[in-house]
Amino acid sequence: MTVVAQPGAAGFLARYQGLKDHLPGARLPWLTALRGDAAAHVAARGFPTRRVEAWKYTDLSPVAQAGFAEPLTAVEGALALPKPRCAARAVFVDGRFRADLSSLVGLTFRAVSVAQHLDALEGLLGALAPMADHPLTALNTLMFEDGLFLDVPAGVDGGHLELLSIAVDPGRPFAFHPRHVIRLGAGAKLTLLETAMGGGAQYLHNPVFEIDLAEGAVLTHGRAQGEGDAAFHLSMIHARIAAEARYDTMAVSAGARLARMEIHAALTGPKASCHMNTAQLAAGRALVDTTTGLDHAAPDCASRQTCKTVLAGQSRGVFQGKILVRREAQKTDGYQMNQALLLSEDAEMDSKPQLEIYADDVKCSHGATIGALDADSLFYLRSRGVPADQARSMLVQAFLHEAFEALEDDTLREALTAVVDGWWARHGAAS
Amino acid sequence: MLEIKGLTAEVDGKPILKGIDLVVPPGEVHAIMGPNGSGKSTLSYVLSGRDGYEVTGGTATLNGKDLLAMEPEERAAAGVFLAFQYPVELPGVGNATFLRTALNAIRRAKGEAELDAMQFLKLARERMKALSMNDEMLKRGVNVGFSGGEKKRNEILQMALLQPQLAILDETDSGLDIDALKIVSEGVNAMRGPNFSALVITHYQRLLDYIVPDRVHVLMGGRIVRSGGPELAKELEAQGYGAIQAAA
Repeated sequence: MTVVAQPGAAGFLARYQGLKDHLPGARLPWLTALRGDAAAHVAARGFPTRRVEAWKYTDLSPVAQAGFAEPLTAVEGALALPKPRCAARAVFVDGRFRADLSSLVGLTFRAVSVAQHLDALEGLLGALAPMADHPLTALNTLMFEDGLFLDVPAGVDGGHLELLSIAVDPGRPFAFHPRHVIRLGAGAKLTLLETAMGGGAQYLHNPVFEIDLAEGAVLTHGRAQGEGDAAFHLSMIHARIAAEARYDTMAVSAGARLARMEIHAALTGPKASCHMNTAQLAAGRALVDTTTGLDHAAPDCASRQTCKTVLAGQSRGVFQGKILVRREAQKTDGYQMNQALLLSEDAEMDSKPQLEIYADDVKCSHGATIGALDADSLFYLRSRGVPADQARSMLVQAFLHEAFEALEDDTLREALTAVVDGWWARHGAAS
Repeated sequence: MLEIKGLTAEVDGKPILKGIDLVVPPGEVHAIMGPNGSGKSTLSYVLSGRDGYEVTGGTATLNGKDLLAMEPEERAAAGVFLAFQYPVELPGVGNATFLRTALNAIRRAKGEAELDAMQFLKLARERMKALSMNDEMLKRGVNVGFSGGEKKRNEILQMALLQPQLAILDETDSGLDIDALKIVSEGVNAMRGPNFSALVITHYQRLLDYIVPDRVHVLMGGRIVRSGGPELAKELEAQGYGAIQAAA
């Protein structure tokens, strides 16, 4: 029997109707209500078109037009997993937790499957993920089957943990929408390395993270997006950062035909801080999008953001960064920089920084540059005997360097550098 | 041996070099002097292969090899080195990485074994000491935050590491104080020998007190209008380019 999946939001809603009694937590009233709410949002809004301001530069019609089925129930055969970069690793195959492939013993905190612990997630799951303005968060809420629930108790240093998502090719388009819930108690610490990868199939990976950092907690979040070439990666982070807590993300977005990594972070207590650094790379006809919203809702908070984009071929890049400084957020220290390097004349970058400031005693700066590789720099290297390809590679690496600069963690730096190097090896020399 | 015959070149369609004939035998240092706009820098860029300089006629060979047909990196591998008038800053590229990459690229092209990080550091420190350079300069970005004098010393360090057969020094004296000028000159003089030749491009005679040339050529209006021994530089200093122009 051939199943032809119906496209668009209607397709997902139809699949939800068929699946809803089988989805995890189908008997939990709070979750049923939440999914019902999500269904209403998806039905009302569907996939956003480019007429919606937040999606002006990123056209989701290839996602909307594709019909996605669910992943196969069981993945057969041995899976080639990359070598672990951390002692602790949670592995998800097609969005489903695989205890048999994960190593989570001896941890000082809870790291478990969302699907198997929904009873503990009432009031947590959904608390930080508003659906009204975020259609893909609504879609995720409607369809999620699993995810990672991390709960680091107050005062505990959780060390390093790797979250690996791998998509396996079943020979037909499929979608998965993992829902990850991460909670750090007061003064807790965690370093998370998130890796997303997959085969050559057309698939949609639509993860939503809800991250809640209590006072003084520190989460360092490295993100290595290296999905398959035909994939759609639409990820969303909703983060709440309490007083004196810190959320640092460093993302490399280097895979998928269409990738949007979106973060909305709220600094809700005094002296909270957030660093969001991104290196995004695209070649061929791919599109990479980094969209962020920083909500300064308390005084004395700091945010730093650097986004570096490298575009080859006919690719397109998007940066949208909004900083909102509320009236009560006096002494805010905000910085945003986005820079794009176009390696081809056919590449295109759209950049939209947005500052909305209501407090009167703040320091906020932003800047944006878009340009080609500097001809003088290239000639300087070549005049020293460095071949043109290698010279270009050195200059691109140097350009990306600033986004990595703040990264003190060797494990994260090595993992992210490997993604950049892999991209360059596949696409750089040809550009 | 560098041999230039009837070399003509233009920039943006405007003729700059109008027929240069020049031979620099191995082991010799020749100075090219001339007023601003005479084509000195154009000559150095044409020889090293920078984009935007179109050769419209003539030839330039190094040891019989056609330089003009080569990419810039191939010219470097063939032994050409240009010390830039304005060395480029490369933020994010570590100076040590840059120097080792360049050295190993040249060594690879020559069929020599590449140096590992330890071997490279040993060699670089040795050469830096001779140029009174601080080790700290290896750790910084290439030329980033370097003073004018440090940039020029970094150029000479690259020359000392890459061991070219032909060095083109483009206004290396500009922006140098007298101490830095001496150090840079000593660096160049230390290279002198039967397998090294140099074109020293300068506006002023001062540099030639320290790097004494075998020959001096005066470049004006895209042509070499006079050649002579080191005494020609002194004459220029005393009489200015106007007198030469009048005589030519």
